[in-house]
Amino acid sequence: MAVKTQAGAQLLTGGEAVAYAMAQIDPDVFPVYPITPQTPIIQTFAKLVANGKASTEIVNVESEHSAMSAAIGSAMAGARSMTATSSQGLALMAEVVYIAAGMRAPIVMAVGNRALSAPLNIHCDHSDSMMIRDSGVIQIFAESVQEAYDHAVMAARIAEHPDVMLPVLVCQDGFTLTHSEEPLTLTPDEDVQSFVGEYKVPLPLLDVEQVTTKGIFALQDYYTELRYQMNAAMEAAETVIADVFAEYSQLVDRPFGMLEEYELEGAEKVIFLMGSTAGTVKDVVDELRAEGEAVGLLRLVSYRPFPFEAIRKALGPVKEVIVLDRSDAPGSVPSLHSEMAAALYGSSAKLRAHVFGLGGRELVPDEARAIFAGEAPTHIGLRS
Amino acid sequence: MSGLRPWQELSPGGTIRPTDAEKPKTGSWRTGIKPLADLSKCTNCLLCWLYCPDSAILIEDTTFVGFDDYFCKGCEVCAAVCPVGAIEMVPEETETPAGWVMRSDESGS
Repeated sequence: MAVKTQAGAQLLTGGEAVAYAMAQIDPDVFPVYPITPQTPIIQTFAKLVANGKASTEIVNVESEHSAMSAAIGSAMAGARSMTATSSQGLALMAEVVYIAAGMRAPIVMAVGNRALSAPLNIHCDHSDSMMIRDSGVIQIFAESVQEAYDHAVMAARIAEHPDVMLPVLVCQDGFTLTHSEEPLTLTPDEDVQSFVGEYKVPLPLLDVEQVTTKGIFALQDYYTELRYQMNAAMEAAETVIADVFAEYSQLVDRPFGMLEEYELEGAEKVIFLMGSTAGTVKDVVDELRAEGEAVGLLRLVSYRPFPFEAIRKALGPVKEVIVLDRSDAPGSVPSLHSEMAAALYGSSAKLRAHVFGLGGRELVPDEARAIFAGEAPTHIGLRS
Repeated sequence: MSGLRPWQELSPGGTIRPTDAEKPKTGSWRTGIKPLADLSKCTNCLLCWLYCPDSAILIEDTTFVGFDDYFCKGCEVCAAVCPVGAIEMVPEETETPAGWVMRSDESGS
């Protein structure tokens, strides 16, 4: 599986890398159902368990709806629980994702982002994650295999923090990351184990000394208060994510942030996006900077919680923000577009927005140049 | 909705401990009829205790001692399952005859 390339480094796909991180954490329970492009995650994870690398109970369930349901049950019972999915699987699971968040189940889920049917498509866009944007789950997006691995190591600490107690989705672009090999450095097992620590949730169901009821009924009198709790948890998550990122950064000597600022110093035009496409845009930013253009990139890592304040601060006095959403919103504007508009409200910065990369369509460097130049159509690459 | 607690005082996700929930007085919904038991017929089989949906059958050790007025909704299940016909449903205002049992201590214990 893993090919040794250099001291401490491995050559792994994003799917394999996230599975390695999860195996190093060695969760108690992993209910899962296969779906492209998530399958390499559970395939690799199952292999690592079979080889004795982890002692996790893998539960082969009959659907993603059941996978998340089982994960909630085991998480509530007092067992560290993880799962993984993509696209239609996440769509089928969506009902239970809301329940996981509402019950405050600190489940870690690896997501290989993929377009939604119809038409049927197995390649990357972010429509699946956007579908559950208001569910109350934390969503963190990686640019590279290394970053997906590192996010997977950190996710449990964020999910299980007593001020947070929400599911964390470790998102990576389907195929572009899940199936592409990149060199990465794995953190030693013992460092991962001591970083993540023991799973402790308050009032586990299996504590017979302190019996509890979970998954309660709440009507006009308490529903608002219990849903509101998630706002406070998300607010706390901003601090917890920053702290966990900083602590892990110290451990592995790589930078992490809810945002990545690339060439923002003196930038007048800034592209704002999530995921692996940032790599292409960074190359174009380098080229344009060499040609004397004041351009930059702001990459969003933490989609939920959405770091409004940090975004305003990072953008500073830029003249134009160009939002690239990897999902569409027929009849409205997509998520990043509307949220950036909210972030920029009252600012003098101009806002432009494009939809790109639906169903795995590449965004090529010439298109990124055209976007900066203001010469690109609303939907990048659309034939008309 | 006075007397309800603010969001900060609720456990995450609304997990309930026994001390969090007031004992609901299901007896206040009673349908207008109540069970009475004739102890001279009762064989202590405790089927009524097994079937009662509201913990309204009072027992001491393994001996039937009566019905809990605080919880009994008058659903008639106990009367239906009693194999010796020792339980009879009677109008709410019926006085308890000698040898018949209905306890009302408001305890909800």
